[in-house]
Amino acid sequence: MADVSSATHGDLRLTRITKTYGDFTAVNDLSLTIPEGSFFALLGPSGCGKTTTLRMIAGLEEPTVGSIHLGATDITTKRPYQRPINTVFQNYALFPHLTIFENIAFGLRRRGIKDVTADVNKVLDLVELPHLAQRKPTQLSGGQQQRIALARAIVNRPALLLLDEPLGALDLKLRRQMQIELKWIQREVGLTFVHVTHDQEEAMTMADTIAVMNEGEIEQMGSPADLYDNPGTAFVANFLGQSNLIKGRIEGTDGDNLVVDLFGQKISMPKNRSHAVDKSMYAGIRPEKFRISLVGTPTRGNTLTGGRIEDVSYIGVSTQYQVLMPWGQEVMVFEQNDDGVPPFDKGDEVVISWEPNFTFALRGDDDVEAGLEVNPEELDEE
Amino acid sequence: MNKQKDATIPTIPAKARLSRWFGRNLIRIYAVFGFTYLFIPVLYTFAFSFNDSGKSNLIWKGFTLDNWKNPCGAPEVCAALGNSIKIGLLATVFSTILGTMIAFAIGRYAFKGRSSSNLLIFLPMATPEIVLGASLLSLFLVFHINPGFWPTVIAHVMFCISFVVVTVKARIASLDPRLEQAAMDLYANELETFRRVTLPLVAPGIAGAALLAFSLSFDDFIITNFNSGTLKTFPEFVYTSAARGIPAQANVIGSAMFILALLIVIAGQFVGRRVKVSK
Repeated sequence: MADVSSATHGDLRLTRITKTYGDFTAVNDLSLTIPEGSFFALLGPSGCGKTTTLRMIAGLEEPTVGSIHLGATDITTKRPYQRPINTVFQNYALFPHLTIFENIAFGLRRRGIKDVTADVNKVLDLVELPHLAQRKPTQLSGGQQQRIALARAIVNRPALLLLDEPLGALDLKLRRQMQIELKWIQREVGLTFVHVTHDQEEAMTMADTIAVMNEGEIEQMGSPADLYDNPGTAFVANFLGQSNLIKGRIEGTDGDNLVVDLFGQKISMPKNRSHAVDKSMYAGIRPEKFRISLVGTPTRGNTLTGGRIEDVSYIGVSTQYQVLMPWGQEVMVFEQNDDGVPPFDKGDEVVISWEPNFTFALRGDDDVEAGLEVNPEELDEE
Repeated sequence: MNKQKDATIPTIPAKARLSRWFGRNLIRIYAVFGFTYLFIPVLYTFAFSFNDSGKSNLIWKGFTLDNWKNPCGAPEVCAALGNSIKIGLLATVFSTILGTMIAFAIGRYAFKGRSSSNLLIFLPMATPEIVLGASLLSLFLVFHINPGFWPTVIAHVMFCISFVVVTVKARIASLDPRLEQAAMDLYANELETFRRVTLPLVAPGIAGAALLAFSLSFDDFIITNFNSGTLKTFPEFVYTSAARGIPAQANVIGSAMFILALLIVIAGQFVGRRVKVSK
């Protein structure tokens, strides 16, 4: 019998975790605290170490260096069955020889609970599949299997629930629906969820806090809005949504603002949104924060002149423009189709403008291509 | 069909129709020939188990149920059969247990010499039985072990193991390791994981391997003949009696074994189907 103390709970703390396989470092000196009751996402491209981190939390791998605590208990070397932690596996890993009922009851029975019927039926109701109790896993659709895998984990009321790309095998529509459902279930049961994904939209939709991982390290951690509005590195700026990164130089300060030179044009931005370490920097502006106006019409905030529209793509809710700037860089602008202004045409001479508060600044030596080559479609298997 | 009403539909010439029919049914015709070839000996054996043969069972002399009513009628038949069954069961139990363990070791764990063990396991299957039988005999004699029941069992375990390993390993290879991880994640320790998840999922492979081991052991003549000494197994009995004429009881036992094997296969399929459609 597994000695899982249900009293073990609290924040999950990873302290200076390193995991190496031979010469390859999968996770590098990672420290992380996941607060009890939160929905936490580990987001990153294939091979960034997120799944390895998850497996170390589950006990399926042991860290080479470092420790893992759940509340006050050191669980670093505990076997998987000795941890009050359950996992929803990537391909669900439902036991094919057992019925849905027995799949869900598996964890309860192993802990010596005799009367499992009430608990199992309760989670079957929660995932809205009570009629499937006597089926075998192969008789279920992908979405149903996904819910049963979730039910099999949460029926144990673990201190921590791990989700390893749980929606990766579902089609887009079902994935959206399950994202909302998972979030709802998390609030309903009040467990700590740790969700591993390469899908930035999925992480943003569900998580309270996202840790963006790259090459075995955490690039940045924060709420979805923080990460999106004020990314700290080019990797985060590119991996979460799209960004325009324009090479610039910090010329001086003006109160709480920085004065920045972008290829000879002066703009301003809040000091506290700068991650630059010296005068050299990249100014970052999200495409939907830009406004386009024809030359000669009034503008507000920061402006950059000398643009010419190179390409127009109408995509319904918005129109996407590629604007060629005088220094040869093409910037991306998304305009909502809600103001009755007729769209601009290819070849129009334009000025782009934006609110200074939407600007963020990255280090001048950052790699502007970081996180760009990643194509989420190819990352379904890690 | 409205062939008569509509004259614009061209009729297909009879010759072309015939060749079409032939083309469509060629595979069936071929199958009939194939199965006939496979089953004529079995049918012959079955038919001659009802022969009112007397001494020699070579010429059809008339139908009788006497052989089936009294399968032990011929001298030594049932003693030989008993020996074969005993040896077969022992060889099956030992080779299945040992072979399954080897299959898990090779199929699941990375260790030094894994690929060479994998190769070595195939060797007994590739070695001519006559060589194995002769070497085993000389080996037993070197250790002053007289041929007989137990040396035969040991020899059978030896050549059955390879087949068990190969069969079980194929099943293990198709087993998703995440299922075991999921079991451990759900509070099952190593032993419980093996008992509740691994073993039930590999069981069909193990059962298949056991059946294979039994039929290999039951059927074996060459290796047995070297190592059984004065003990006589069923194949040896049939072989030696061939000189004077095989009694019809041998046909009875052969047919019974065939029917039994058929029933096991059908039952297995039936159970497999039941499991799949059950709701």
